[in-house]
Amino acid sequence: MEVDQLQRSFLEYSRLLFHEGFLDGQFSQLQLLQDESNPDFVFEVVSLFFEDSERLLNDLTIALDQQNVDFKKIDAHVHQLKGSSSSIGAQRVKNVCIAFRNFCDEQNVEGCLRCLQQVKQEYLLVKTKLEAQLRLEQQIVAAGGAIPMLNEFC
Amino acid sequence: MVVYLAGKMVIGSSKKVVADPIEEVRRICALVVDDDPLVRRIHGMLLARYGLETEAAENGKEAIDLFLSGKTFDLVLMDMEMPVMDGLQATQRLRGMGVSSMIVGVTARGLEAEKEAFMATGLDACCVKPLNAEAVISVLDELAKKLL
Repeated sequence: MEVDQLQRSFLEYSRLLFHEGFLDGQFSQLQLLQDESNPDFVFEVVSLFFEDSERLLNDLTIALDQQNVDFKKIDAHVHQLKGSSSSIGAQRVKNVCIAFRNFCDEQNVEGCLRCLQQVKQEYLLVKTKLEAQLRLEQQIVAAGGAIPMLNEFC
Repeated sequence: MVVYLAGKMVIGSSKKVVADPIEEVRRICALVVDDDPLVRRIHGMLLARYGLETEAAENGKEAIDLFLSGKTFDLVLMDMEMPVMDGLQATQRLRGMGVSSMIVGVTARGLEAEKEAFMATGLDACCVKPLNAEAVISVLDELAKKLL
């Protein structure tokens, strides 16, 4: 595929991700930090986000499965997940975390369980989409092109 | 004297005229204190983009240990909520030790009462995370005034 065709696909795909609320302006900020001396910066931080999130979702599943639910521990995990998702610009994951923390404050187990399902869903969705976007980036670079900037979506 | 060389903040001596001003300058040093490795990476990268030399600590106690080991930093980005020692305790301890570095609190929550409590421990400023380029420039402008 031609480089400009790949670049157009990348821009169109990215536009959709911003329009559907999967990503926000913070993601564009990360892309702006990537340069020749740090060509894999976005890949690196996205990978850190995946590692962080999977660990936290696992911890949350275990914590909510206990006989006596420790809401303080759950709140701490959700706080971390909110922080990570916010840092990467994963807006929909962040928004579920906000609701999740409210249910923790209320010590509402049912509400927390619903939020856990929702946050897992949103995480899997954004993970799939970020992986697809990174693949498009890799194809552009392999074809000798430059990755288009996303700052118009901020 | 704080100058910008090739867009980067450095401190230079105003007392000596030198042929090559780069010999007389040192780069601004910053410490990023946050328990989240993702945030440490992003904030470290943001500061490095403006020419700062950066180090990182995972919690308040690590930050204090760095200062106790003799290290100095012009700027500290201090997360509020961290295990072992949080940002409020760490800031209070650092000020108690006589540390005069610019300390900027960073919090995920925007609640005014929490920010005020954090500020009261001795911060120079408090920002909501994640930081963006605009926030960093604002912090660096304040740092430049402090260093002059």
